[in-house]
Amino acid sequence: MRNEMEIIFDALSDNEGFARVAVAAFITHLNPTMEEMADIKTAVSEAVTNSIIHGYENLCGYGRPGGQDEGSACEKANPGKVKLRCVLEKNILHIEVTDSGKGIEDVERAMEPLYTTKPELERSGMGFAFMEAFMDELEVESAPGQGTTVRMIKKIGVGGWIEHQC
Amino acid sequence: MEQVTTGDFQVIDNCLLIQLPEEIDHHGAGFICECADRYLVREEVRDVVFDFGRTRFMDSSGIGIIMGRYRKISCFGGKVYAIHVDRQIERIFRLSGLNKIVEVLES
Ligand SMILES: Nc1ncnc2c1ncn2[C@@H]1O[C@H](COP(=O)(O)OP(=O)(O)OP(=O)(O)O)[C@@H](O)[C@H]1O
Ligand SMILES: [Mg+2]
Repeated sequence: MRNEMEIIFDALSDNEGFARVAVAAFITHLNPTMEEMADIKTAVSEAVTNSIIHGYENLCGYGRPGGQDEGSACEKANPGKVKLRCVLEKNILHIEVTDSGKGIEDVERAMEPLYTTKPELERSGMGFAFMEAFMDELEVESAPGQGTTVRMIKKIGVGGWIEHQC
Repeated sequence: MEQVTTGDFQVIDNCLLIQLPEEIDHHGAGFICECADRYLVREEVRDVVFDFGRTRFMDSSGIGIIMGRYRKISCFGGKVYAIHVDRQIERIFRLSGLNKIVEVLES
């Protein structure tokens, strides 16, 4: 069985929750464990948040002075779209998150745990580390001015026994 | 999804208790940090307790919230505690090294 979906949304922090719920809904029929579901939602959240706050530098929602009164409705948000594409091949989930934002100069360095270019926003630099830990495969394609694509793969339905144990 | 309100922040003795929302992501993190910091500038607050009882989802934004508060209070001898931590959140604590600065209390 193969199934594919693609959604494109504005690079606003409001859509972070939407993106992970959409992916969760896309895979529910596979009966993933709670842990698999949490892993996938976290990974999607990391990739989408990165596109919004780093790719397009839409920092609102983060409570910057003047930026968060309405929580989200940031007047001066940079226009930009994030594309989320999922492909299910049997029980293998492929996720692709793409932005056409500013891109990453040194991808290898960016992926190091604790490396962040936005410490002033209280980012911890753990986003890529989480994607790597929670998914089976992670691949990042990016260049300055060229945007960023994050590809992740996870096999669903391998952790079933864990939940029965507890 | 419930939103965080100012009612989710409570000062008991020297301790700021923060009831975290169902989902902790970048979108809601700013409000939590801002509210927390408003309490932290009051000198009677020394320690911070994060209550994850309602929380079903957290990403690296949660790490930022906790690390940021830790930096603000640790220089005055304050400590950070977490309660009602489920397995997934504990995993995130371990992966990020947060378990070295946060004391998880069994409750
Ligand atoms: N889509 C993107 N566009 C441009 N730069 C990016 C993108 N994604 C990541 N980066 C760069 O890679 C760095 C590391 O990303 P990572 O998600 O690991 O940490 P962070 O976002 O800074 O902090 P955290 O995710 O813990 O809140 C970022 O600080 C940023 O400089
Ligand atoms: Mg990140």
